[in-house]
Amino acid sequence: MITEYASLLLASVLVNNFVLVQFLGLCPFMGVSSKVETAIGMSMATTFVLTLASATSHLVFYGILEPLGLEYLRTISFILVIAVVVQFTEMVVRKSSPLLHRVLGVFLPLITTNCAVLGVALLNINKAHSFVTSLWYGFGAALGFSLVLILFSAMRERIAVADVPQIFQGPAIAMIAAGLMSLAFLGFAGLA
Amino acid sequence: MNMAEFFLNDLTQTVLVFLALGGLFGLLLGYASIRFKVEGDPIVEQINALLPQTQCGQCSHPGCRPYAEAIAQGEAINKCPPGGEDTIHRLADLLGVDPQPLDGEHGIEKPKTVAFIREAECIGCTKCIQACPVDAILGAAKLMHTVIAQECTGCDLCVEPCPVDCIDMIEVTTNIKTWGWEAPQNDGIIATDRMSGKAA
Amino acid sequence: MNSAEYTFHGGIRPVEHKEDSNTTPIEMAPIPPMLVLPLQQHIGSAAQACVNTGEYVYKGQLIAQAADANGANVHASSSGHVVAIEPRLIAHPSGMQDTCVVIETDGLDAAIDASGYPNWQNLDRTELCNIVRWSGIVGLGGAGFPTDRKLNAKNIKTLVINGTECEPYITADDLCMRERAEAIIRGCEILKHIVGADSVIVGIEDNKPEAIESMGKAMPSSPDWKLVTFPTKYPSGGEKQLIEILTGRQVPRGGLPADIGIVCQNVGTALAVKEAIEDGKPLISRITTFTGQALSRRGNLEVRLGTPVSYLLDYMGYTEQKVPRLIMGGPMMGFILPDAGVPIVKTTNCILAPDSAELPLPKPAQPCIRCGFCAEACPATLLPQQLFWHSKSGNSDQLEKHALSDCIECGVCSYVCPSSIPLVQYFRAAKHEIRTHRAQQLQAEKALERFEARQQRLEREALEREATRAARKAAAKAKAEESSRFADEADPVQAAIERAKAKKARLIQQNQPGAQQNAETALQNLKAKLASQQSSLQQAEVDGKGDKIITALHASVSRLEQQIAESNTEASSQDAEK
Repeated sequence: MITEYASLLLASVLVNNFVLVQFLGLCPFMGVSSKVETAIGMSMATTFVLTLASATSHLVFYGILEPLGLEYLRTISFILVIAVVVQFTEMVVRKSSPLLHRVLGVFLPLITTNCAVLGVALLNINKAHSFVTSLWYGFGAALGFSLVLILFSAMRERIAVADVPQIFQGPAIAMIAAGLMSLAFLGFAGLA
Repeated sequence: MNMAEFFLNDLTQTVLVFLALGGLFGLLLGYASIRFKVEGDPIVEQINALLPQTQCGQCSHPGCRPYAEAIAQGEAINKCPPGGEDTIHRLADLLGVDPQPLDGEHGIEKPKTVAFIREAECIGCTKCIQACPVDAILGAAKLMHTVIAQECTGCDLCVEPCPVDCIDMIEVTTNIKTWGWEAPQNDGIIATDRMSGKAA
Repeated sequence: MNSAEYTFHGGIRPVEHKEDSNTTPIEMAPIPPMLVLPLQQHIGSAAQACVNTGEYVYKGQLIAQAADANGANVHASSSGHVVAIEPRLIAHPSGMQDTCVVIETDGLDAAIDASGYPNWQNLDRTELCNIVRWSGIVGLGGAGFPTDRKLNAKNIKTLVINGTECEPYITADDLCMRERAEAIIRGCEILKHIVGADSVIVGIEDNKPEAIESMGKAMPSSPDWKLVTFPTKYPSGGEKQLIEILTGRQVPRGGLPADIGIVCQNVGTALAVKEAIEDGKPLISRITTFTGQALSRRGNLEVRLGTPVSYLLDYMGYTEQKVPRLIMGGPMMGFILPDAGVPIVKTTNCILAPDSAELPLPKPAQPCIRCGFCAEACPATLLPQQLFWHSKSGNSDQLEKHALSDCIECGVCSYVCPSSIPLVQYFRAAKHEIRTHRAQQLQAEKALERFEARQQRLEREALEREATRAARKAAAKAKAEESSRFADEADPVQAAIERAKAKKARLIQQNQPGAQQNAETALQNLKAKLASQQSSLQQAEVDGKGDKIITALHASVSRLEQQIAESNTEASSQDAEK
């Protein structure tokens, strides 16, 4: 059982990384990764949201929707759940770190539209995960997202001060770097 | 249709489910919004710490703190001439916005100056003392006024009130104590960038 | 004589060029007609002149006193008249001027009466430090830190003596050690006594075999004293690098050698300490290497401080180059002199006069190729490449994280860079910017404090003004009411009687709480007035003022006391009536 959970973690963090392999959640990935401190804050917020949202969505689906035969409403209800969790997270972030709140700006409420979050919730249902497995899967997805976000932001900080030709400066070189990272992560294929 | 059928109807169930969920979550969020209420805006303190505190009013606000509060509300960060490019960049870093060039409407970046009263012409009217935002002018009514150079921020506010126009703003030049090396220029330019006039 | 067991990270082995100037013994330089002594020849704050223009000074006389603990005294290097105390061009990379004492020498070289302390072992640490301080001794190895401050460190276990002289071309310490080894060792003994160290380690690079021999002979054969030699590598002579070579320990980042119980002194400084304490001779001369292909004679001179460089260049046969470049210091850490007329100061260890073939102009810089040679070579284990990128973009937070303040500006990174990027220049500029920004921050904080204090003062004054205005208004209103009430009385006498009645009624009305407060404030005012009059009376009696004044003050005091007594009885009678 431990190996099951370990391989699930490995899969969601590296092999099927949500950002670089499944190409979900690219909006905050490109938008918040210009500084490492911001990236760390964002990844903590997303981890919180993802874990809580995947647990809550699992409960809502198996507790309310399935008994009533309303499985077709899962997309809408998951979005509702995610929106609530994100709103809650925003309040917590605003209280604990106003600077982080200001720096994240609009990207904090935009976690609602982060396809990775909705994706994890829906995938849990598709794969018929148990409650603990959904939680673990959500946590693994968040961990993979955080890893990639922090790595990418560290690279972008260095690219920002480097001798980049004018035509490539800004988002262009960032996209190229992200593409190369994605190629690198393909190397994990088949591991789990 | 009777009551039982009404409740077994999918549409009814959907509506009820969502009402219930929405209600529950709404209550939760309502409680959270009270529990996690934030008073004021601590970001203002951090913005204020980056401003030069000359209280000169060139940004069209009556002091540095009001401008900091305005920036927290979303005002442009490029209105402070005494702060100059340096302050604009630091504010941009703090707030995560793009740095803009200094707004010419509010003044240009000038070298630091210090006020100096020509004592022979001073009539002791205390108008400049009342104008100085940091109390850097020493004096009293009908007695000599003089500027404490170390405390003077160069804000210029004393020059206008003086009825005999005896205040000069003298530029602070570098001396051997404040001199330092300048960064090397014009090196490591890639050939194509030289033509566009912008080094990477 | 032992070999070192440790070494430091990185470093380079450039061509040494030592044989150019180490084949001849130390020569005494002639005394120039004019001596220009800057008031600041060290790291710290400038000294203040204590002689006047026109005064005659003797060799070794104190002419400028240190203003605070960070200063160092300046002494006249030869006898003569002080012709000026004014800004003169000094040996500083900025090319700016600084205040100097200019002495016209009379050729007599008359010395001031001075005696040393041959029994220095009986003096305690503070006294010896004071002598070192009075003698104006600063670190002669290059940085010029006031020596007495360094010697004041506590808990020192090891004294390290720096005879390394790692920079190419410079041979001053080498010749000093060859010829004056006994005096240097005596100086080391004095230093050991001052700091209370348990052991002394003398470090000399292995390219100075004669110096090693003579120092070895002069050293006491005690287990506390060690002579350690090590392979030549630049910059082994840096304090932190030398400590690592000799002891294997690293000075913590941002810290001092004193933090790990070590004090490091240059051999030249040790010699100066010996001369100051045993011979009573303050710091008025030093050994300077004159080298470079533009000189026809090369070697070491013992020069008087304040001698213009041009005078000595003439003495050594200088041929002016097409692109004249005179370097004070060595090729790695020296700087180009703005003018040949600048004076020799305490920190001048070498004057390098190269021709264009010897030290060609630097190549134009090319883009960084991220090869990492600079990080491999850095003796302080920093990351010069990262520091370079962050200096270029002005990112002071990252510069602090990468420990820019630990950079000793040795020049090794610039030396190894394949793209010829002048890395050290970037770091110097970045350090200056950080320092300036910090100074501005402090000023802004002070200005904010003053501004807030002023706001509080204005608020307080406004409140006080309001209070007095309200009080005055109330009083005026009451008075106006009274007089208007009796304005149409035909009989003026009757009007006066009515007014008096009304006043009495008003006084009775003062039983009301609001009015009571007025009475209380009035009482307080009276008491305050009494107190101030009493103190003025006391002061007048002390000052011995005239009788009339004292009588008047006595009268005033007794009047006030009476008034207070009256209002007290009134208040108590009103209370009784209640």
